Amino acid sequence: MKPRVAVFKFASCDGCQLQFLNAEDELLRLAGQVDLVYFPEARSRSLPGPYDIAFVEGSITTPDDARRIIRVREESRYLVTIGACATAGGIQALRNWADVEQYRRVVYPSPEFISTLSTSTPISEHVRVDFEVWGCPIDKGQLLAVTRSLLSGAKPVLPAYSVCMECKRRGNVCVVVARGEPCLGPVTRTGCGALCPALNRGCYGCFGPANDENMESFVKLLAQQGVTGDDAVRRLRGINGYVRLWRETADAIAAQKK
Amino acid sequence: MPSRRKRSRTIQVNYLTRAEGEAALHISMRDGEVVDLRLEIFEPPRFFESFLRGRDSREAPDLTARICGICPVAYQMSTVHALERICGITIDPAVRALRRLYYCGEWIESHTLHIHMLAAPDFLGCDSIITMAEKHREAVERGLRIKKAGNAIVAALGGRSVHPVGACIGGFTRAPGREQLSALRDQLLRIRGDAVECVRWVASFDLPAANRDIEFVSLRHPDEYPMNEGRVVSSKGVDVDVDGVDDFFEEHQVPYSNALHCKVKGRGPYFLGPLARVNLNFDRLGAEITSIARETGISWPSSNPYTSIVARALEVLYSVDEAIRIIDSYRPPDRPAAPFEARAGVGRAVTEAPRGSLYHEFETDERGLIRSARIVPPTAQNQARIEADLRDLAPGLAQHPQALATRMCEMAIRNYDPCISCSTHFLKLNIEEL
Ligand code: SF4
Ligand code: SF4
Repeated sequence: MKPRVAVFKFASCDGCQLQFLNAEDELLRLAGQVDLVYFPEARSRSLPGPYDIAFVEGSITTPDDARRIIRVREESRYLVTIGACATAGGIQALRNWADVEQYRRVVYPSPEFISTLSTSTPISEHVRVDFEVWGCPIDKGQLLAVTRSLLSGAKPVLPAYSVCMECKRRGNVCVVVARGEPCLGPVTRTGCGALCPALNRGCYGCFGPANDENMESFVKLLAQQGVTGDDAVRRLRGINGYVRLWRETADAIAAQKK
Repeated sequence: MPSRRKRSRTIQVNYLTRAEGEAALHISMRDGEVVDLRLEIFEPPRFFESFLRGRDSREAPDLTARICGICPVAYQMSTVHALERICGITIDPAVRALRRLYYCGEWIESHTLHIHMLAAPDFLGCDSIITMAEKHREAVERGLRIKKAGNAIVAALGGRSVHPVGACIGGFTRAPGREQLSALRDQLLRIRGDAVECVRWVASFDLPAANRDIEFVSLRHPDEYPMNEGRVVSSKGVDVDVDGVDDFFEEHQVPYSNALHCKVKGRGPYFLGPLARVNLNFDRLGAEITSIARETGISWPSSNPYTSIVARALEVLYSVDEAIRIIDSYRPPDRPAAPFEARAGVGRAVTEAPRGSLYHEFETDERGLIRSARIVPPTAQNQARIEADLRDLAPGLAQHPQALATRMCEMAIRNYDPCISCSTHFLKLNIEEL
């Protein structure tokens, strides 16, 4: 029997699951190797679990979703989170620092109709996760590599060194040195191929933290570039801002100011 | 109280699959008349308009892109145009052309995804592109080739196709060289024939007939097919600058949906997207494409929402041609992005996202920090119009078996290529007879 694969969506933009459909050259072959039993965005027929591999996109932001993820876990042998939303809470986790009541009021004239939690949290805060794929969006190549490993029964491995190292490997000109641009490259994990520096701009951390990050010296580097206080806080509280180390660093800077 | 025999029936059919997001449709009928119809959108709100407050306007295009993974370029474009109005930047014509090229890429990629992966399976009786590939391999491969070229355009300018990183206030962080674009040109030339075939293919589908009184709305530009600029016009006489749209359109919330509903003041729902654009800008498509459009047998302007898929395919073809034209006359700009200084003010912009006009409004302070943001995505604007179409369809549904009834509703909704993320994925159809 072919492995039963499912793709679930929680609070997200659909960009990560779209990477399956963006694998134009591999899609049909991949589809031949698995039984895509649940992928509502691409298939109208959905079959019940259990699933061999569940890919989960999106973060938990509603009481219903907090219950749904538990069912997904129970039905899945392997649960893989795809993207910053599922792995770190995503950009919508900015609410975790705010008064959600007020947020609701900004967007909706009658906020009482809207059911939402006051936080956006990663899947790992709710259930055990077997593997996390980082990025906003995840890289198509990484997604395919992880899928191939899982299908062959091997534990997936993805590099976790920094974008900075990736720049050096690729021979990118350093945007910090050459342009004086603030860049999260030193503390952000590779995966994108150092895209931003290659396009003459600083990294904004969409792949989350690298494994060898040193926040203290990074904060000093930012300060040398004149990025302090609110400005530094904003840069860390971005797409992966709710990740513990970045969160704590930003909170510390914010507390200092007060 | 009249003692009528009360028959209550609930048909619960499946989910709205092959759309982006989560939705359910509830219909209550009495004596063949619709008493209540609600398209419920469950997509959990992500509060973009709220957390944008206090952010630096320079971060905005990277943040708003995350509203939708399928049309990030549209969000980036409406965002930068609105913010540029505040800073009073003038855009280099070469940069302007690159933005148009960038949009062509997204239209090609998003429309082709919709046509082949979301809509065509309905018409061909398949549950997905994967099963469709068993019987219609050639069409599927053709679609994948076209889509890939669209993604390649976006990646050439922004580094990647989902949440590209190159767009900024003033232009792009780096402008491509001529050689980079010439490789793209070759790829586009190779799929041009595919794009023509695709129009004929979708026009050959058994499209349901319908003739509805619809108000179409889109941008209109003095001499181009509209993408980034123009006035907001409608088939019933609206013609207004972006700063005046609030005089003509209104937004209101309905209890059952996380998306806000939109109407033309004093009239009612309106229709955005490829069909609206083709109807209102047919004369801007150029001689060859208008003749291909006429050969489909559809009479334009079309008041049949099911012809949306043909309009979408025409726009793919237009975008391929337009992209080639832009590349042919491309000369790299002196500076990839115009410099600017932060200013306090209010800026609005409408650009044509794949699914229709996308409105942004920002207010910034003198440091360039965002004081408020208002974002009105096309799917939210289309929702009232989708409900109107379903109301037309509803009386005929009860006579059909539930599988067919659901499919009919899904097809009606899919005409709008709803990207319910911007405000939904499950359609649960409940028909209740009271
Ligand atoms: S991680 Fe980014 S690309 Fe992926 S679903 Fe979330 S917002 Fe979209
Ligand atoms: S350089 Fe940084 S922000 Fe840019 S794509 Fe890579 S990880 Fe994301």
